[in-house]
Amino acid sequence: MPTFSLVHLEFLGWAALWTLGLSAIAFIGGGLVGFAVALARISPVRGLRWAAIGYIQIVQGTPLLILLFLIYFGIAILGFSEVPALAAAGLGLTIYSSGFLAEIWRGCIQSVPRTQWEAAECLALTPWQRMTRVILPQAARIATAPTVGFLVQIVKNTSLASVVGFVELAQAGKLINNSIFEPFTVFMVVAAIYFAICFPLSTWSRSLERKLNVGRR
Amino acid sequence: MTYEFDFSALLPYWREFAWGALLTLQLSALSTVLGFILGTLCAIGRADGPRWVKFLVACYVEVIRNTPLLVQVFIVYFGIATLGIRVSANMAAVIALVVNVGAYTSEIVRAGLESVHKSQLEAADCLGLSRPQIYWHVVLRPAVERVYPALTSQYVLLMLASSITSQISAEELTAVANRIQSDTFRSFETYIVVGVIYLALSFVVRIALGLFGLAVFVRRRKLGTAL
Repeated sequence: MPTFSLVHLEFLGWAALWTLGLSAIAFIGGGLVGFAVALARISPVRGLRWAAIGYIQIVQGTPLLILLFLIYFGIAILGFSEVPALAAAGLGLTIYSSGFLAEIWRGCIQSVPRTQWEAAECLALTPWQRMTRVILPQAARIATAPTVGFLVQIVKNTSLASVVGFVELAQAGKLINNSIFEPFTVFMVVAAIYFAICFPLSTWSRSLERKLNVGRR
Repeated sequence: MTYEFDFSALLPYWREFAWGALLTLQLSALSTVLGFILGTLCAIGRADGPRWVKFLVACYVEVIRNTPLLVQVFIVYFGIATLGIRVSANMAAVIALVVNVGAYTSEIVRAGLESVHKSQLEAADCLGLSRPQIYWHVVLRPAVERVYPALTSQYVLLMLASSITSQISAEELTAVANRIQSDTFRSFETYIVVGVIYLALSFVVRIALGLFGLAVFVRRRKLGTAL
């Protein structure tokens, strides 16, 4: 009976890189979509606003697991027979993180004081100029800490990509456990790797929060 | 695209869907109650306990909040088994969810505890209240009332996250869905239905917790103002 060895650790190391890669895809994709949804959510056009609200409610009201299953089987229905697991997992996590980032960023944009919006308008800035020159730079400062905090959620939730057959850290742990059956050791190591990724992010988020002093105003 | 949607194949299974939804509600209700108790005790321990308790709670919170629930579920389910204790999948699911949500609750409640003004404590001291009395009447109630919205969101997330326990074949809605889709081969339709059920459940849980808040926080109900 083989036991947990360096070979397994190396395998987990590679899987951890996939976890990081998938997190990056989810964050970049989710950031782009989420930003658009956040803007739609505060747009003066009512239809756009309601569509954004609906999107956010649906994404936040269904489990990521179900979302991943839907995409996995949905892509097959669309006629792609061979779906790379990375695409399904990446798409699912992108949708998931866009729903949450949109709501986080909407809050940040709207927490820029009302007077700043009015002042920009008084200076005859166009809506585009007002957004890019006045509101977004200030909103970005407020948004940094919660966004880094949400990054931790993304990294943790990539573990669910294992259900669509993507071999990331959690799935790698499962595979190793199937071959050597030392669940306690294997999953403790897996948890430790996740912790090593997430803890610095959490700490960073907290220090940003303190520095910008937006937690307590 | 030539796919034909066929939801009628799922109709005979409506009882199982309903049963699964009920199981998910039971699972999350139990985890919420136990997790709230655990989290509140931890928050008090961190705010007011001896140094080693503070350290232990801090470690517990950081470890849980920085590792995925899926891995926690695996550790509880498979890990406990290797220690020689046999637990059912549902038992393991409840343990993992309680441990998980306890950490988040403790952070939220801690924020509430910190928001109670020092002069309130001094006033309570002057009135000769005992420590448990101070905690119950002066600290805990206003603290929890203040962070109640955050707790509500957390418990809705917990209900959704309970779907993860299907990975150790705990009996709940997602596990039921997995079984139905392998029975009917109507995977896409099954998960659409289940997604809609979860969506409805999250609204129901949110409303139920809101009503519960109204029932419990008398001050808020009578005055209608934020604390």
